[in-house]
Amino acid sequence: MKFPIYLDYHATTPLDPEVLKTMLPYFTEVFGNAASRNHEFGWTAEAAVEKARHQIAKLVGAQHDKEVIFTSGATESNNLAIQGVAEMYKEKGNHIITSPIEHKSVLDTFHFLEKKGYEVTILPVDSYGQVSPEVVRNAITPKTILVSIMTANNEIGTINPIAEIGKVCKEKGVIFHTDAVQAAGKIPLNVEAMGVDLMSVTAHKIYGPKGVGALYVRRKNPRVRIAPLIYGGGHERGMRSGTLNVPGIVGFGKAAEIAVRVMQDEMAQIKRLRDKLWEGLQKNLDEIYLNGHPTERIANNLNFSFAFVEGESLMMGMKELAVSSGSACTSASLEPSYVLKAIGVGEDLAHTSIRFGLGRFTTDEEIDYTIEKVVETVKKLRDLSPLYEMVKEGIDLKSIAWTGH
Amino acid sequence: MAYTKKVIEHYENPRNVGSLDKNAPNVGTGLVGAPECGDVMKLQIEIDDATRVIKDAKFKTFGCGSAIASSSLATEWIKGKTIEEALAIKNTDIVEELSLPPIKIHCSVLAEDAIKAAISDYLKKNQEVKTA
Repeated sequence: MKFPIYLDYHATTPLDPEVLKTMLPYFTEVFGNAASRNHEFGWTAEAAVEKARHQIAKLVGAQHDKEVIFTSGATESNNLAIQGVAEMYKEKGNHIITSPIEHKSVLDTFHFLEKKGYEVTILPVDSYGQVSPEVVRNAITPKTILVSIMTANNEIGTINPIAEIGKVCKEKGVIFHTDAVQAAGKIPLNVEAMGVDLMSVTAHKIYGPKGVGALYVRRKNPRVRIAPLIYGGGHERGMRSGTLNVPGIVGFGKAAEIAVRVMQDEMAQIKRLRDKLWEGLQKNLDEIYLNGHPTERIANNLNFSFAFVEGESLMMGMKELAVSSGSACTSASLEPSYVLKAIGVGEDLAHTSIRFGLGRFTTDEEIDYTIEKVVETVKKLRDLSPLYEMVKEGIDLKSIAWTGH
Repeated sequence: MAYTKKVIEHYENPRNVGSLDKNAPNVGTGLVGAPECGDVMKLQIEIDDATRVIKDAKFKTFGCGSAIASSSLATEWIKGKTIEEALAIKNTDIVEELSLPPIKIHCSVLAEDAIKAAISDYLKKNQEVKTA
């Protein structure tokens, strides 16, 4: 076993060896600029890009390869989708809708648009983090031009009822974007069945390289147009200028192809390991609470609050495990997770949460070790915890007048 | 977060973890902080009534590594001191000893508060006994 044990697959993933092998020739041998139309270096690079485009199209269930455009990652895809629609359809309306537990690249973009004068509605989520299609329906007005709801959440793993939300948006004639970064490779994606008009995906969560992502942009029923964020040579049908990251794209395509190929078996295996971890922790510890939906969650995610034990001290005691506490993306701040807050987890419990993200290379041995390590550390910290002591004595913590700062 | 060696040492081998009988007349209990803040310290002292020396001290803390280390250190320092000497301990002493970064200074403040709260509790209990 290699230490630390990597259990943060939501944050990023290592390259699949097959992906790396596929990418290498494109750094030194097939190194042309895919936009060089006049010689073989360009043609071979272009062919490789188009092959990858097709592989991504298959990943998301697009009707045409043309509907996939390449970006530098999902953050850019999210920015492009949201700002692109807002700009292009601003004559039609200025109301945009999203949920409070989206990735920061969605939320921050919405905040930016709000400052620019757009009307923003942040829908409530239930205690599992799901958005209800009815709530979406009731929020839509004649001025609504975009709904953006993520397919699966990166912190708590909950899967949203995307197909139902898609139906509502279709009915009301509103463009529907979904951030499918965490769902890709975990559940089958199909933009037709899901009723999705724009979809963001990225390579580095599916064992591809960092620095490359894609945005699916619907061409039919309806035809969706987006204003570009980046101007230049007019690449990607004018939607995203800039010389294509050919090796990255090739790697992304390969990763997507593998993901589709192995998804069913891999998810069964990962689910088995994840459930083993779940049971192992529940069997040996009391007062632990699952965050997120118990069944409608991606197979590799587990997020628990370990009551009466603070998250940072817990992580300090488990240096052999690479996991994350609270929101991984805002780990520099001292704020408890905004996702947990939105689903109603109290601040005291939010401070105690740990996210486990399993992946392709996780083994039984690693899970067995993890169970032992977590249980041991939680127990040790509970021995140190005045809160746990009080609760065991039957004291209701809510009845105490805390001196707190 | 990079922890200092001293903080890690206290975390791995905390001193004086546990509880004293809070109903005993010569035990003072201080409970400071709040669960929503992510920091709660319980510090208890057992006083020798005759000499006013802190015979024993125990702590329990819900909080990060720095909070645990600060309260562990506090119990280490106050054992064997008189009440007056213990009251003189400043949070800045703790910061210096553990090399706490600015973002963790509040942990040392809470530890100083915990010492004072425990002593205050003992004094209150014993004032009442005296006047009774």
